[in-house]
Amino acid sequence: MDLNSCVTIEKEWDIVGARQRGREVAKRLGFGSVDQARIATAISELARNIYLYAGDSNGQICFEIIENIDQKGMCMIAIDTGPGIKNLSQVMEDGYSTSGGLGAGLPGVKRLMDEFDIKSEVGEGTEVRAIKWVR
Amino acid sequence: MRIPILKLNNYLLISIQTEIDDKTAIQFQEDLLNKIHKTGASGVVIDLTSVDIIDSFIAKVLGEVVTMSDLMGAKVVLTGIQPAVAMTLIDLGIHMQDVPTALDLEQGLMKLHQELGE
Repeated sequence: MDLNSCVTIEKEWDIVGARQRGREVAKRLGFGSVDQARIATAISELARNIYLYAGDSNGQICFEIIENIDQKGMCMIAIDTGPGIKNLSQVMEDGYSTSGGLGAGLPGVKRLMDEFDIKSEVGEGTEVRAIKWVR
Repeated sequence: MRIPILKLNNYLLISIQTEIDDKTAIQFQEDLLNKIHKTGASGVVIDLTSVDIIDSFIAKVLGEVVTMSDLMGAKVVLTGIQPAVAMTLIDLGIHMQDVPTALDLEQGLMKLHQELGE
């Protein structure tokens, strides 16, 4: 299996496919079971965002392995060409949701991961990069 | 895909063994409420021992099913939540404080016995 890979999010079941794939990559990289669960959950949240808000825009979740001299990690990139996010600071607040969800998605992903970065342009799309380091 | 619901005396038992997608979760919500209605069950145990991921959507559906069942008069206990799942839920900011839980199926049934006084 090529550890650097992408999963396209079109159907609802792709959310499950993405998180299973992500967990597999995490396992091979040597993450423990709790971090595997954190990574799979974060992917699930990111994939659901693509499915709910940018469903027709060929959104993808990509996995990249990062290897430095002193640390190894997994980078998840969620990228779509959907409507973008107008109020970025609001969606990073706990409990904010426009879909009737718990509003735990993006702030939750930020807490689950070690590094988190979001870029969004209205009408252009959204890109989230999140990294988890192997401890 | 449907999650099987077993009946044991006054109780319904569910062991979730498969990876749950959103549709399966919603279907399960509906199936359980219908089954409570049909059987007149007073207690429900949902065992999550084999579930290795609960994201915000599944957490929402589970929390709702507890409240919905409660409205109908049936008590739900969630059992067997894995350590990794518990840690992940707290990281996500989901505390599920109003949801009755127990360590495993056995303790879940005991909890129902106590609360329902049967």
